[in-house]
Amino acid sequence: MIEARALSKRFQDKKRGEIRAVDNVTFTCQPGKIYGLLGANGAGKTTTLRMLATILEPTDGTAIVCGHDVIEQPERVRANVGFLSTATALYRRLTAQEFVEYFGRLNGLDEATLKKRVDDIFNRLDMNGFRDRRCDKLSTGMMQKTSIARTLVHDPPVMIFDEPTNGLDIMTARTITAFIRECRNNGKTVIFSTHIMSEVEKLCDTIGIIQSGKLLAEGTLTQLRDKYAEHELEEIFVKIVTPHYVSTEAN
Amino acid sequence: MSLRNVGIVYRKELTEALRDRRTVISTILVPLLLFPVLSVGFGSLAVALVGKAKEEVPKVMLRGGEDSPEVVKGLKKLDTIEIVPETPGWKDQVINKEIRAAVEIPSGFQVDVARQKSDTVKIFNYQGEMKSEFASDKIETYMKEYRDKVVKERLAAKNLAETVLKPFEVNRENVAPPEKVSGAAFGGIIGYMVILLCMTGAMYPSMDLTAGEKERGTMETILSSPISRMHLVLGKFFLILTAALGTAALSVLSMGVSFSVLGHYTSQSATGREAAAGLILKLGPKTVISVFLMALPIAVLFSATLMTIALFAKTYKEAQSYLTPMTFVVIIPAIAAMLPGVELTPKLSLVPILGTSLLCKELVAGTYHWNLIAIIFASNCVYAAVALFLAIKMFQRESVLFRS
Repeated sequence: MIEARALSKRFQDKKRGEIRAVDNVTFTCQPGKIYGLLGANGAGKTTTLRMLATILEPTDGTAIVCGHDVIEQPERVRANVGFLSTATALYRRLTAQEFVEYFGRLNGLDEATLKKRVDDIFNRLDMNGFRDRRCDKLSTGMMQKTSIARTLVHDPPVMIFDEPTNGLDIMTARTITAFIRECRNNGKTVIFSTHIMSEVEKLCDTIGIIQSGKLLAEGTLTQLRDKYAEHELEEIFVKIVTPHYVSTEAN
Repeated sequence: MSLRNVGIVYRKELTEALRDRRTVISTILVPLLLFPVLSVGFGSLAVALVGKAKEEVPKVMLRGGEDSPEVVKGLKKLDTIEIVPETPGWKDQVINKEIRAAVEIPSGFQVDVARQKSDTVKIFNYQGEMKSEFASDKIETYMKEYRDKVVKERLAAKNLAETVLKPFEVNRENVAPPEKVSGAAFGGIIGYMVILLCMTGAMYPSMDLTAGEKERGTMETILSSPISRMHLVLGKFFLILTAALGTAALSVLSMGVSFSVLGHYTSQSATGREAAAGLILKLGPKTVISVFLMALPIAVLFSATLMTIALFAKTYKEAQSYLTPMTFVVIIPAIAAMLPGVELTPKLSLVPILGTSLLCKELVAGTYHWNLIAIIFASNCVYAAVALFLAIKMFQRESVLFRS
C-alpha cells in the first residue's frame, strides 16, 4: 500500500525563486488496484512519483510505502518498489540478462534465487531470444521488456510507473499496459502517471487529477463523472484543470 | 557498510568499462604504446639521425691560407671533412646549409707561428645546427692538435718537459652507483609521468560514470534500486581508482620495457652506445612498489576530485570542459618538481602534487627520507579522504544529480 501524507516538494530556481512542484498532496493506493495520476506536462506527476520511489526527498510531509517511511527508510522502500519510466534507461554495454541480474543482486537476491527468477521472467516475457544481446542492440520493444524484467526481478509488492508509454509505438505501449494490468491481477499496488486519457479510462481503478503540484480531484471514473456532470474523462479533466492551468500560464 | 553492494557496483562498472572502446584506448592502449613510440620510436630515430649526421663528410670552405701550405695540406688530408675553395656569399651558403662551416686562416699564419706571434683562426658556423656544429668540432679538433704539436716542438727545442705547461691533472670521478645517477636524471620524469597518467587514467571513467550516466538516462534507473548512494559512489570510485592506477602501472611497465629495448638497440652500434649512455634506467621492485605506494593516495585524490567535478555536469561534453583545465592544475606542480634545484623539504612535502613528485625523484634515486615519506603519505591521505567525503556528499544532493 502507498499512503502519501501532505507530500510536498519545493525547488529553488535562480530566476523564478521558489517553485512548489508538489504541494500538500495526500492520497492512498490500495493493493490489487491501479491508481492513475493524471496531469498535464509539468503538473507535478514525475516529482510525486520520484518522491514515492525515494529518488527525491520530500521537503514537507511524507509517504508510507509498504509500511516504510520514504524519509526514514528510503532503502527499504526501494526494495519494495519497482519503478519504471521512459527516463529509466538501460546500461547499453550490458546484455539484457546481465542488466536484469545486476538489479537482482542490488536487491539482495542470492545467486540461486536470482537464476530462478531471471529464467522465470525471461520465459514469461518471451525474452530468451535476446537475453545475451547487448542493450544497445535491442529494439525499443525489447528494451521495454528488459526494463519490465528489471522492475520484476525482486518481485516488489508496489509498482510505480511514470508515463511508461510516453513516446512508444502502439505495439510496445500495449505490452506495457498489459503488464500493468498483470501487476494489478497479481495483487500489487500500482500507481501510474500519464497525460493520456484513454490509458486512464482503460486501466485505472482510482484517478487523481494533479495540476500545479496540487491534487485537485480524486475518485473512481464513475465518481468523477457524477461529480462533474461530464461523461468523457477529457472534459472532466479540462473542467478541473483549466482555472489552475490559466494561472500557471500567467505566472 | 555493505562491501557486497560496493563489489556488485564495481564489477558491473568494470564489465562496462572493459567493453567500452574509448576506456580501453585511454586506460590500456595509450599508456602501453605511448612510451615505446616516444622512446624506442623517437629515441632510436634520434640516435640514427645523430649517427648519420656524424658520419657525413661536411663541406667546409677555406678562406685564406695561401701562405700557410702545411696547415692547408693538413686540413685537406682530413677524411672527415671536404675542403671547398672560397666563393663569394660564403656566409649565406653556411646559413642555407650548402656548406656546413668556413675556416679562416689569417694572413701569414705559418710565419707568425714560427716567429711565436699569436694569431687567431676563425671558424664560422650556424650555431645550433647539428651538422654545422659537427663540422666546426672537426676543424677545431684538428687546429687544437696542430697547436699542441707546435707547443710540443717548442718545449722540445728548449729541452723542457711537457709537464712545464701541465703541472697537474684535474679529474672528476663519480662515486654514486649507476641507479642513483640514472635516478637523479630520470626520477623527476618518472614522478611526473606517474602523477599525470594517474590523472589521465581517472579522467575518462570519472566522466563516463557520472555525467555520462546522467546523459544516457541510467542515473534514475540506478537510483531507483535499493543500493545506498554511498555504496553506489564507492563502487564507482573504486573503478575510477583502478583505471587511474592501472594506467600508471601499465605506463611504468611500458616505460621500463622501452628503456631496456632502447638500451639493447643502441648498444649495438658505436654511435648509439655513446648516445645511449645515461639513458639506461634500472627500476627495482622496491622502487616500483615505493612509487606506487606514494601514488596511491594521489590516485585516490584525483579519482574522488574528478568524480565530484564531473558529477556537476549534465552531459559528457560539459564534463570534459570542466575537467580539461584540471590537467593544468596537475601539470604545473608536477613540472615544478623537475626544475633544477627544487628539493624536497618538509614544507614542500605538504603541497599535494609537488610533494609526491619530488619524493618520486628521491625514491627512484634510491633515497628514502622516512620522515618526509610519512608526512607526504599522511597529508595525501587526508586530502584524499576529504575529496572522497565530498564525492559522497555530492551524490546525495538532488540539485547535483538532477541538475537541469
